[in-house]
Amino acid sequence: MTTTFEAGQALPTQTFRVTRADLVRYAGASGDFNPIHWSDRVAGSVGLPGVIAHGMFTMALAARALDSWAGGTGRVRELGCKFTKPVVVPDDDEGVTVTVDGTVKAVTDEGVQVALEVSCGGEKVLGQPKAVLRG
Amino acid sequence: MAVDPSLAGRTFPATEPYEVSREKILEFARATGSVYDGEAAPATFPIVVAFSAMTALMEDPDVGISLHRVVHGEQRFTYTRPVVAGDRLSATLTVDSLRQIGGADIIGTRSELTDADGTHVCTAFATLVHRGEDA
Repeated sequence: MTTTFEAGQALPTQTFRVTRADLVRYAGASGDFNPIHWSDRVAGSVGLPGVIAHGMFTMALAARALDSWAGGTGRVRELGCKFTKPVVVPDDDEGVTVTVDGTVKAVTDEGVQVALEVSCGGEKVLGQPKAVLRG
Repeated sequence: MAVDPSLAGRTFPATEPYEVSREKILEFARATGSVYDGEAAPATFPIVVAFSAMTALMEDPDVGISLHRVVHGEQRFTYTRPVVAGDRLSATLTVDSLRQIGGADIIGTRSELTDADGTHVCTAFATLVHRGEDA
C-alpha cells in the first residue's frame, strides 16, 4: 500500500510504549551499552532523574511512524532531529508512552516533507524532528 | 582537558567493512518494533555502522575526548538508497565543525557510508556535545 500525501495533511498519531526491557533490547541490537540507559545508579551520578531511553531509540520510533504513514519501508530519504529532553523510563511494567505526530509541510519533486512532533508525558523530547519521504 | 582545536576539518580512516546480515537487520527491527520485509533496513539502522566511526574518534587519545562527558546532541541521515542485507558498509568520518559554547565542545561530525564498490549509501551527521570539566 502506498499513501498519497498532500500539503497541510495531519498524519494519524502513533503511540509507542517504552519499557526498560525495550532499552536493554535496543542496547544489544545497536551496540550502545552506555549505562545511563540501564543503570539508575550511573544515570543518577551524572545528574539524570533516572534511566533514560537512547536518543537513537526515540528517533527509531519516529522512523517507525514514518514507515507506517508511508505504508511501507525504505521510503525515508532524510531524517533528522535534536535530542532536547531525555525520555525517563521507570523500572516498572508500564514504562512510558512516546507519541509521534506528523504534518505534511510540502510535496515537491524532492519528496514529501514531514514535520514531526515527538513527545512524552505532554512534553516534546525531540527538537525540530523532520523527514523527507520519497514521493 | 579540552578537545584538540586542530580537529576541525580532519577526516579519519574508513572503518573496516561492516557486513549487513538479514539477522542483524531483523534484530534491530525487533528491538525498535519496526517492520522488516527482507528489503529495506529501518531508517536509523545505519547508526550501527556510523557508531563505530564515532567511537574511533572518541577513543583516539590525541583527540582528547572523555567518553563519559559526551552527549548526543543532534542526528541527521540522508540516504541515496536504503541499507539492505548483503551490503558491506564502511564509514568515513570527517569533523565538519568544532566550537565552544559555555565550556562545552560542540563537535559536528559527518560519516559517509559507502558500499563495497565505493558508492554512497547514506550520510550520518552527528553533533556530539563534550561537556567540560566544570560544566
